[in-house]
Amino acid sequence: MIPSGLTALIYLVSASLFILGLKKLGHPDTAPRGNQLSALGMLVAIAVTLFDRGILSYQVIIAGVFVGSAAGLWMARTVKMTAMPQMVALLNGFGGAASLLVGGAEFLKVETLAVDTDITIQLSLLIGAVTFTGSVIAWAKLQEVMTGKPITYPLQKIVSSILLLGILGLAVYQVVTPGQQLQSFYIVIAISLVLGVLFVIPIGGADMPVVIALLNSYSGLAAAMTGFVINNSVLIIAGALVGSSGIILTTIMCKAMNRSLGNVLFSAFGSVTALGPGKGVEERTVRSISVEDAALQLAYARLVIVVPGYGLAVAQAQHQVRELADLIEKKGGEVKYAIHPVAGRMPGHMNVLLAEANVPYDKLYDMDQINDEFQRADVALVIGANDVVNPAARSDPTSPIYGMPILNVDEAQSIIVMKRSMNPGFAGIQNELFFHPRNSMLFGDAKASLTGLVNEVKSL
Amino acid sequence: MSEGIILGIVVFTLATFLGFELIHRVPPTLHTPLMSGSNAISGITIVGALIVAGGGHGWVSMVFGFGAVVLAMMNVVGGYVVTDRMLHMFKKKPEEK
Repeated sequence: MIPSGLTALIYLVSASLFILGLKKLGHPDTAPRGNQLSALGMLVAIAVTLFDRGILSYQVIIAGVFVGSAAGLWMARTVKMTAMPQMVALLNGFGGAASLLVGGAEFLKVETLAVDTDITIQLSLLIGAVTFTGSVIAWAKLQEVMTGKPITYPLQKIVSSILLLGILGLAVYQVVTPGQQLQSFYIVIAISLVLGVLFVIPIGGADMPVVIALLNSYSGLAAAMTGFVINNSVLIIAGALVGSSGIILTTIMCKAMNRSLGNVLFSAFGSVTALGPGKGVEERTVRSISVEDAALQLAYARLVIVVPGYGLAVAQAQHQVRELADLIEKKGGEVKYAIHPVAGRMPGHMNVLLAEANVPYDKLYDMDQINDEFQRADVALVIGANDVVNPAARSDPTSPIYGMPILNVDEAQSIIVMKRSMNPGFAGIQNELFFHPRNSMLFGDAKASLTGLVNEVKSL
Repeated sequence: MSEGIILGIVVFTLATFLGFELIHRVPPTLHTPLMSGSNAISGITIVGALIVAGGGHGWVSMVFGFGAVVLAMMNVVGGYVVTDRMLHMFKKKPEEK
């Protein structure tokens, strides 16, 4: 048996390892080590907990640890990189559900609770339950088990507010009434679970990066609340770290779309089909280019900037892009990748997909790093990206995406947009870039076109 | 309010500020592994889950505890392993073939 003072100090060691681990995540070279340190911190915390004097039997623990570890390992090993957002969403949900169960068990354990413990339990039930069902809905939308379109219901904000007030009322009732109030305990859990569902269903698939980041923050908050319930500071510290991380990522995503969080959560973006005032879009023509001509441009370019969008990942063509880049570099050109913060289905998703295809990370540039370089680029190659390269975001105040920061692709000497057809992007917004005098369209499936380009450049 | 809660609020607030400082330095390239890695950290709820599961406070507590341990362990193991898998994909130069 370890004395409780020493236990607290060992928990401090594991909290310090989490902090060091997050610090080392600041650079790709040190990041793997950082993750290992953080995992070591977790191992220390688990090990010291097993010596806790409150633990009387180990059968349930061993069974639970075995089942959970095996399932987690299987998920982590088999998940495809394109499915990473779903996996993170699901893991967020599991964290929330675990907090919900711990809070629930703590509530049922004692007949009379101190007022402050009771309050923290109610909070951990609420946050845990909302995180759980919200994440499951986010998972279902990303996995396309349910429609990615926003599902709206009347009086959205009012219904949510009433439910929240209901929970608040019941929680106060529980806190002030002595003894266990089982009925209202279960009702609080039920309403919280419903609230999680209602919170995510009105949000469109394209806004999921924001939702996952926000739920990530909630899962941290849920852990911190559990820390308050069981009076353990390592949970509070770890939960606060994750909570702030999720909030930062949420803010970054919102800024990249030039929307407020409230707008993302309540406006059902993507269900709007109305276009800005017609500007004779139909009469304008676009120039299309053949694979041969595009290959010729790319082969003799000094600087090519590739702008990948989620369409590239859907076509599973990351490897073809890298092959093409290798060939261009062999011919003496330089290739850089411009990554918009919302390229992909979660923050940083596109970077992982390209890294998986062996694209070196020092060729991946953020929007701010690369935007001034487009004027120097001989060719900007846009693959499966649409709204993030639409100059209307800069110039047309009537456009729904006006004000959103974009990649300055239109400044390049020549632009090649690879696209399946002329269909507009998710918000139904026509892309001004397609009609740009220096732009040409390479129509077709991204993977097929890229394979064609690789073969053409090879033979030059 | 008990002293424990007050101390908890102090720790929570300071850790939040620290979190903001740390996470701001993570480059966008690593945002996905950051999310999955921090997700694994939020699996720290496992500490509470273990205590509940081993506490022997009747079968309802045991069922809750078992569920919590399974979910938190999936969160922890799944999160760390998948983060490790991703981070090893980030290389400076392509491997020599």
